[in-house]
Amino acid sequence: MSDLTTPAAYTLEDFRGSRKRMRTEHLVRAVLFLAALLSIVISVLIVASLVGEAWTFVSQVEAASLWSDGWFPRRGIYDIKTLLTGTLIVTVIAMAVAMPLGLGAAIYLSEYAPAGVRKLLKPVLEILAGIPSVVLGFFALTFLSPVIVQRLSSEATQFNIAAAGIGVGILTIPLVASISEDAMRSVPAALREASYGLGARKITTTIRVVIPAAVSGLVAAFIVAVSRAIGETMVVFIAAGATGGSLFSTDPFKPGQTMTAAIASQAAGTDQVRGAGLTFQSLFFVALLLFAITLVLNVLAGRFVQRVRQAY
Amino acid sequence: MTDAPMVGSMPTSAPSRGGATVFDVHDVSVHYGDFRAVRDVSMQVKQHQITAFIGPSGCGKSTMLRCFNRMNDLIDTARVEGDISYHGVDLYDPAVNPVEVRRRIGMVFQKPNPFPKSIYDNVAYGPKVAGAKGNLDDVVEQALQGAALWDEVKDRLKESGMSLSGGQQQRLCIARAIATDPEVLLMDEPCSALDPIATGRIEDLMVEIKERYTIIIVTHNMQQAARVSDRTAFFTTEVSEESDRRTGLLVEFSDTDKIFTNPADERTENYVTGRFG
Ligand SMILES: Nc1ncnc2c1ncn2[C@@H]1O[C@H](COP(=O)(O)OP(=O)(O)OP(=O)(O)O)[C@@H](O)[C@H]1O
Ligand SMILES: [Mg+2]
Repeated sequence: MSDLTTPAAYTLEDFRGSRKRMRTEHLVRAVLFLAALLSIVISVLIVASLVGEAWTFVSQVEAASLWSDGWFPRRGIYDIKTLLTGTLIVTVIAMAVAMPLGLGAAIYLSEYAPAGVRKLLKPVLEILAGIPSVVLGFFALTFLSPVIVQRLSSEATQFNIAAAGIGVGILTIPLVASISEDAMRSVPAALREASYGLGARKITTTIRVVIPAAVSGLVAAFIVAVSRAIGETMVVFIAAGATGGSLFSTDPFKPGQTMTAAIASQAAGTDQVRGAGLTFQSLFFVALLLFAITLVLNVLAGRFVQRVRQAY
Repeated sequence: MTDAPMVGSMPTSAPSRGGATVFDVHDVSVHYGDFRAVRDVSMQVKQHQITAFIGPSGCGKSTMLRCFNRMNDLIDTARVEGDISYHGVDLYDPAVNPVEVRRRIGMVFQKPNPFPKSIYDNVAYGPKVAGAKGNLDDVVEQALQGAALWDEVKDRLKESGMSLSGGQQQRLCIARAIATDPEVLLMDEPCSALDPIATGRIEDLMVEIKERYTIIIVTHNMQQAARVSDRTAFFTTEVSEESDRRTGLLVEFSDTDKIFTNPADERTENYVTGRFG
């Protein structure tokens, strides 16, 4: 100890630290690195497994059948735009439902609700998030379709894209609400105080201070919700009605097919699918496409969030 | 800035003694939950005067200041007891809309809190929410001039207010507050992050604008209180009987000269001469 009082007596040894600690540190680092590596390896494996079969499909399929009319893989009709259109319509309807309701709920919870009400409502929202999508699919088919969609349009069939879209929207409300609420709650209270101190109303403060300050989180909520809607399978599978195949349709009141539902409906009987032409391989192609779209979305989201951050 | 009605309401009594009573505070106590932060404050704040609040950390200066524009409403646990009237109107009457109160009574906070918006938009925010239309360039320039910030930022008004240094941010917040042309300006340690030059300019500004406004300033800087204020309130803390936490109270409130040269209370004297605690 007396050495410590005389700095002149320091040697390099004094600063080397415990070797044992250093070794533990290295070990921890290695384990964490392996964990990170594993998740990358898994992702690569998934993509690789998709690419192989998808390539078989692309190289063997007749180009004309990729741009025909309708998605009937067992009959060799692989019109991708049918699936893309169906997916797009479902996603747009879902977002039209989920964004206003989810954002509204988030604004209420974060800015308006008294602490007690918030404590009560947040778990309710989480229960909604926990509803299995199968249940929501049936809800869409047996309630949304007859009670809402068929009222909106007398032409609507029982199985229709609109009911599926609304169902998917309901499914993503909690996601939008909770990410948006987190984003808005993390806006410093001092900014709200600044706004109120200048004589702003609550609604003005929310729209002009809280939302702009939380915008990166809100964009994230939107993108995550879009990804979720594009990837949602069960609700569309049950409520949109196209099992096995679908005609090309832009009418939300008619049955339709999304990418995920197309895969699910074929994969439900993989054994029969294998060997039935390129049906099996076409599913991999669709899956790869799905993966690519989600990837692009996430990259875009990242870019956007970064640009917003820089502006502030 | 035309303020005919203000001039019209100017008092006829000696200006140095201030004019009409702006705030009449009677027996005010503030609780945060079960904790009583300040108790039994009574005071009168006069128009066109600078009133300084001084006292040790935690004695409730900020808490009291935030009562004057109902800022404590925003804290769930805060509860204000007693009466505070503004030009004779009970500020805590249920019919009073705090938004209307805050349009007239502006505030500069203890910690700089610029919006993540451009410098220009920060300053223009108050006038805009109050309904100002059209070009606000002049208002923005005047406010920034007033806060001694114009020369430093005039070429970068589009840049984010967050990109400024701490002291610049505080002056931006001052500019933002005066841009709304309030009747009263509540300033919570507005110079604590400023260098002596900027501090001097803010003090000049205060003295200059008290012709039109009424100012209450919290400060830890004795010289500043002595230099700029007309009246000084000294707060301190005392261990309260009901709990062992320290509750703030107003010890003495009188002319600044008297507080610094001939205080009536021993605690005041100890504090202003630096013999506190
Ligand atoms: N939001 C709050 N919730 C609970 N207690 C609070 C809150 N704000 C302040 N207090 C307490 O109230 C008392 C007075 O605080 P206040 O901020 O008014 O002191 P102050 O005189 O401004 O101090 P300083 O000079 O350090 O700024 C302190 O004990 C503080 O801990
Ligand atoms: Mg304070």
